[in-house]
Amino acid sequence: MGEWWTYSPEDFLMFSPRVYWRMFALTNGALWPLPLVGPALALAAGLLCLRARGARVALAMLAALWAFVGWAFLWNLYGVVNWAVFYAAPLFALQAVLLALAAARGPAQQRPPVPRQAAGAVLVALAAAYPLLAPLAGRPLSEAEVFALAPDPTAIGTLGILLIAGGGAGLWPVPVLWCLFSAATLWALGTAQAALPFAAAVAAPAAALFWRGAPARA
Amino acid sequence: MPLTRRRFLELAPGAALAALPMPSAAQPSALLTRVIPSSGEAVPAVGLGTWITFNVGNDPVLRAECTDVMSAFFAAGGTLIDSSPMYGSSQPVIGHGLARLKPQRLFSAEKVWTSGASAGAAQIERSRQLWGVPRFDLLQVHNLLDWQTQLPRLQAMKAAGQVRYVGITTSEGRRHAELERIMREQRLDFVQLSYNVLDREAEARLLPLAADRGIAVLVNRPFRQGALTRALARAPLPGWAGDIGATTWAQALLKFILAHPAVTVAIPATSRVDHVRENLAAASGPLPGRALRERISADVKAL
Repeated sequence: MGEWWTYSPEDFLMFSPRVYWRMFALTNGALWPLPLVGPALALAAGLLCLRARGARVALAMLAALWAFVGWAFLWNLYGVVNWAVFYAAPLFALQAVLLALAAARGPAQQRPPVPRQAAGAVLVALAAAYPLLAPLAGRPLSEAEVFALAPDPTAIGTLGILLIAGGGAGLWPVPVLWCLFSAATLWALGTAQAALPFAAAVAAPAAALFWRGAPARA
Repeated sequence: MPLTRRRFLELAPGAALAALPMPSAAQPSALLTRVIPSSGEAVPAVGLGTWITFNVGNDPVLRAECTDVMSAFFAAGGTLIDSSPMYGSSQPVIGHGLARLKPQRLFSAEKVWTSGASAGAAQIERSRQLWGVPRFDLLQVHNLLDWQTQLPRLQAMKAAGQVRYVGITTSEGRRHAELERIMREQRLDFVQLSYNVLDREAEARLLPLAADRGIAVLVNRPFRQGALTRALARAPLPGWAGDIGATTWAQALLKFILAHPAVTVAIPATSRVDHVRENLAAASGPLPGRALRERISADVKAL
């Protein structure tokens, strides 16, 4: 690509905001009534992580959700309008495998510090509340992004759960990279919502490094 | 008759624009047409771009809206639709519309956007299947990508009757020096470039060269991907708009482009039926002369 310095994120945006938001309406409509369950799943995963055995269940649940979102949303829907997303879908499958392995091995023996878990709880709460962003931004609730169905709240909720449960270093790159990619897309779409995945991508690893808990195991 | 440099200068801003056909109504038969220099074939001067607007994936509602846009485009007399493998799902969405509308007149303009001869051939065939056409009217090398491989291949396809015209594209004013060199050294039927009331770099060398070499010109980004029309949306239309029969800023911006004698077809993209009708209507009525073109440009800059 010649003259690369003349390109901006907007130059790579190949679909309209309407197409982007309607993808969530199509997903919610096709999977109804699962959108009603998504926020509860995020909160349940966060609560499960407070116990070691529960954390294994939460990680296994996340593994299934990453595989599902990667296939149902990225591969079958989003990738059709954005060919770059076809390359991200296999990373969601990889994340599912890593989470499944972590679930099989169990979480860290040493519980993470309470401030780190509190930071994780904030992210989990944000992921559960994500559907409210649509009406807050003036979009119909049918276009809400729901944890377990849409990639952004799923990635943000996963970062929160990793903060609470103390997941290994190998579990972090994919959700962080997705949040950065999505933040760039949302910024190009001209929505302030871009700040949320960007903040999660920066704050979650920073919190994990600042409040180091158990040694990494994944 | 090819548009030679002499002919270009004769037609140049204001001098003899009246020599161009300028019908007064927006009916299909009255649309302004331009001649493709290499063949003498006439094409309506406003086409339909599909970047972003037709990339709607499998959304049935948005696909139906795109079909409505195509239906209005053909009903208003438009024929040329331009797309690319780079445009996401635009190609199957066009194919979806064509299968339902079965237009009597279609000028299919596609691109090859890959490296390597075999990859190029495979991509063109896949594009053809997605459109559902027996062959493309025009194949262009997208953004000069691997043009040294793709252009000779497209020319061989033309010689074999597998495509009617070949061309090369660039956008947003990039790589104009290389484009100019290719226009001088290669046999091209079409060149596609960005040109609008604010981005006028092509006027200096590329448009005169296209006229001199008998190369048809497709103009992309006539509204800077909608930024111009959005910026002008609240500005009142100046009095000169009435002199050229423009009822909206979009029509004024298109008429500015079409008034350049080297321009063959402008290809605005839209996802709205009212806008596609408005765009086609710009290819009728009077066009601005040299002085008015400069005034339009100055007024838009000032706004």
